[in-house]
Amino acid sequence: MQPETKKFELVCPAGSLPALKTAVDNGADCVYMGFRDDTNARNFTGLNFDLANAKEGVRYAHAKGRKTLLALNTYPQTSGWQRWTSAIDNAAELGMDAVILADPGLMQYAAKTHPGLRLHLSVQGSATNYEAINFYHEHFGIQRAVVPRVLALAQVEQLMSKTQVEIELFGFGGLCVMVEGRCALSSYATGDSPNTCGVCSPPKAVRWQETPQGLESRLNGILIDRYGKDENTGYPTLCKGRFDVAGETYYAIEEPTSLNTLELLPELMRMGVAAIKIEGRQRSPAYVAQVTKVWREAIDACRRNREQFAVKPAWMNELGKVSEGQQQTLGAYYRPWK
Amino acid sequence: MRPFFIPQPISAILSKLPQYPHSLIFSRAINLALGAKRLDPVWQPLHGKQVSVRVRDAGVTFHFTFDQNGLVARQASAAEPDLSISASAQDFLLLALRKEDPDTLFFSRRLVMEGDTELGLLVKNTLDSMELPPLDFSNLLPAQVFGKLRMRLLA
Repeated sequence: MQPETKKFELVCPAGSLPALKTAVDNGADCVYMGFRDDTNARNFTGLNFDLANAKEGVRYAHAKGRKTLLALNTYPQTSGWQRWTSAIDNAAELGMDAVILADPGLMQYAAKTHPGLRLHLSVQGSATNYEAINFYHEHFGIQRAVVPRVLALAQVEQLMSKTQVEIELFGFGGLCVMVEGRCALSSYATGDSPNTCGVCSPPKAVRWQETPQGLESRLNGILIDRYGKDENTGYPTLCKGRFDVAGETYYAIEEPTSLNTLELLPELMRMGVAAIKIEGRQRSPAYVAQVTKVWREAIDACRRNREQFAVKPAWMNELGKVSEGQQQTLGAYYRPWK
Repeated sequence: MRPFFIPQPISAILSKLPQYPHSLIFSRAINLALGAKRLDPVWQPLHGKQVSVRVRDAGVTFHFTFDQNGLVARQASAAEPDLSISASAQDFLLLALRKEDPDTLFFSRRLVMEGDTELGLLVKNTLDSMELPPLDFSNLLPAQVFGKLRMRLLA
């Protein structure tokens, strides 16, 4: 059984140096980031860090006593292996506080080449049980696991009782179909998969167009959704599309929505969860500022008095505004069945 | 920021005016704001592309393209632009001040982007990644401008 952790780190996203600084300034304990290529799962044009920016980011965060984590959460292919290993070398050289990995081959490389480099198991590693997590710990020394969003809280707690590895949970942000690390839906439409190319919907394949029937989003020509005049849009991914199924048009896989676990904070702290992660490296510094600020306030309030903790409507409003689909859910965490 | 919108009679007049002079001023202003950053090779994918920015409530559309020196105004043409972006004056201001996230505005249909999504993301992400000295557009709000004018006149 894990002791109740004191730290409960707030882990915030950064797609750029201004976003990183914004996260630090608004109270993030850790900022996670990626390099400017397909070694991470937010591989978008113009997003992410080159070496100079990463160096400045690490310096800025460390000067204020915060940590930087590097997401290397895609699966290298044989032809590009060296790009991933250099990314690990660069992370060690830059003084990153941890690398977030999904691929066991890379974990082995990191553990052998840079034994002092702290390893986190990415959500893309898709480890949903303690045996999987303990396996990665025994073989590669991973010290923290980011748990996929399919588990109920009771399952997370059960898992935590059987491992010494720290557990990080997703607290806020866009939800996907939650078969992290195994999803090949976008390969079906575009030939590129998030696991190997780092994007669910490669921007080059995405088109938005106003038509007399409504605003259409297409992925490589496939109609993903058609939005009525006042309907909110979502990201143009296959999983969030509305499709014609046996004569009925609906969200056949899932509805665009955001996870928001603010009200679970006391429970998560009681369980001894080590860190809570905010999704959204693809978002702008404005989002990072808004979300980090709310979560910092909420975590501090909960830490001061867990029993009396109540979610402020203003926090929910602020988070509701920035949500995809502009609706929020507790996801699987709060389902009674397992 | 208090919500504002450009009154319909004004936008009706603005939309009747030739759009080229606006585009010229707009391109110069953005080049000025970007400074040396407009020369960054990162903009290269935009070279020669036709971009339109429409301020919905103002009835004004800026047409421009890019070359190695930055933005270049162009005449409106019948052809579909490679990238078109539209929003209200206030939302553009909020974006420029980094008070709102483009995805947030996009989800709620306040910001519309059509055409080449990759070019759109390049623009968004490159602007986001710039450590510009915070552009204080509030200096350009009418009250501020008139205030400054009055001070000059009274001085």
